[in-house]
Amino acid sequence: MIELNINGRTQQVDADPDTPLLYVLRGQLGLNGAKFGCGLGQCGACTVIVDGNAVFSCITPISALGTRAVRTVEGLGTIDNPGPMQRAFIEEQAAQCGYCIPGMMMRAQAMLERNPNVSEAEIRKTMGVNLCRCGTHMRILKAVGRAANAMKSAKGST
Amino acid sequence: MLVLLCAIAGAACSTRTVIDSGAPAATTAFPKDRIAKGATLAAIGDCASCHTAKDGKPYAGGFPVSTPFGTVYGTNLTPDPATGLGRWSEAEFRRALREGIGDHGEHLYPAFPYDHFTLLHDDDIGALYAFLMTRDPVRNEVPANTVIVPRAFVAVWKKLYFHPGEFRADPSRDPRLVRGEYLAESLGHCGACHTPRNKLGAEKKDEAYAGGEVGGWHAPALNAGSTSPARWTADAMTAYLSTGIADDHAIAAGPMAGVTRNLGHVPKDDVEAIAAYAVSLNSGGSGARAAPARRAAAGDRADSDVNGARIYAGACGDCHDRGRAADGGALPLQLAIAPTLPVPSNLIHIVRDGIVPQAGERSRWMPSFAGTLTDAEMTDLVTFLRANSGYPPWTGVPAAVREAKQARE
Repeated sequence: MIELNINGRTQQVDADPDTPLLYVLRGQLGLNGAKFGCGLGQCGACTVIVDGNAVFSCITPISALGTRAVRTVEGLGTIDNPGPMQRAFIEEQAAQCGYCIPGMMMRAQAMLERNPNVSEAEIRKTMGVNLCRCGTHMRILKAVGRAANAMKSAKGST
Repeated sequence: MLVLLCAIAGAACSTRTVIDSGAPAATTAFPKDRIAKGATLAAIGDCASCHTAKDGKPYAGGFPVSTPFGTVYGTNLTPDPATGLGRWSEAEFRRALREGIGDHGEHLYPAFPYDHFTLLHDDDIGALYAFLMTRDPVRNEVPANTVIVPRAFVAVWKKLYFHPGEFRADPSRDPRLVRGEYLAESLGHCGACHTPRNKLGAEKKDEAYAGGEVGGWHAPALNAGSTSPARWTADAMTAYLSTGIADDHAIAAGPMAGVTRNLGHVPKDDVEAIAAYAVSLNSGGSGARAAPARRAAAGDRADSDVNGARIYAGACGDCHDRGRAADGGALPLQLAIAPTLPVPSNLIHIVRDGIVPQAGERSRWMPSFAGTLTDAEMTDLVTFLRANSGYPPWTGVPAAVREAKQARE
């Protein structure tokens, strides 16, 4: 058994150490937010946050995680109480087919947790790693900008 | 005026003077074909790499070239009169390339590789001048150099290491090789990175193309000391230089990525000539280089090796074991040169930062593993890949991993 720290909870997983984190999240833990896109670290649909960094879970073997904290889109909020990133994506209606969106949210979340004062150019550069095939790029960018503002004011008010 | 400038220029005024050669030519004076030829030559010279700041306007200067003696900033080559070449005559421009002397008669630091450019033919210098003087002028004052060596010392350096003089072709040699040698040795200044330097920063001519260092990357040996697992052919080298990727060899990364990006705009004849010359530098060997015996039956492996193998299987194998020809496939690492080099820096850079095409550029992609793997895991992976290459272990991998990380932060 391998022990993983997922969304703040310790989880026991029975899997080969080479198994990609994505397979464990979806196949064993029922966390289906992260998606399988290419399986090669090229599209970003599987992006999750590991110790504050956005990583491709499809090319992250579980043996490499140790005690590092993994966060998935499920960890950002609930249906009844979405987090600021999820709320921004809903308000901008940024999903069309939606397949890339959990990965988009996780990459944006990692970026804004490091620095909510990002410029439009920095948002574009960071988000450029994640691909969207059906074409809501402009809404995704707007949603990330909206989330940045929300996270800035939340930071300011505490 | 001359006296004043000489006073500014300091010592040895008697031998270095300001050239009074009249005004720079009006831009309309350059025929289109001269400008086009100059554009090709500038691409071969990779001028843009050192003369363009990050996110800056092309050729407007400001790129920091770090040397063991301090940082030299690439100058503004656009024809802006105040901050660029706007007031430079062609004679002054020629003197800078051929003799390493600036427009005020001052010695230029050899970070500007005039030890190579001195070989240029006048006609090519004229074409380069035509190209640069017809760029859009950009007002951009580049930061002051932070070199600790006074310019007067450069005169001594030149006496020791600088041999001015135009390239002379050996008429008995294959004309394509001669063309390649001319381009590679003059504008291409391949040796500036691929030849090791002595303590005073001069290329060690007796170790030409034995491999050097640039910007935290190792520039691999091109001579018989090449450790490339697959022997380079002229065709493979042509493909590599013009596209950044060749079957059975690495993808251009680090400082070489800019070189191949530029060479992609150069006529094929010239790239083929440079490739033929580059391959001829390693004509001593015969056939594919015999790889050193692969180490390690599974039983002898250290823990770090086992861990590295596990990381390889989980993080790398999906792409690298399916072969480059397959969809999404990557180079089998038995063919990769990075694990065979004398230092781990290139392998670490590639694992950490991946290979990322420029925006709008069609190219290969390798994801960055910076946040995916911890420093310790990266160390284990790199150590494992080195062991698998059959070469003796590198020392100082953990420190090199930390250094590569700091270089990015």
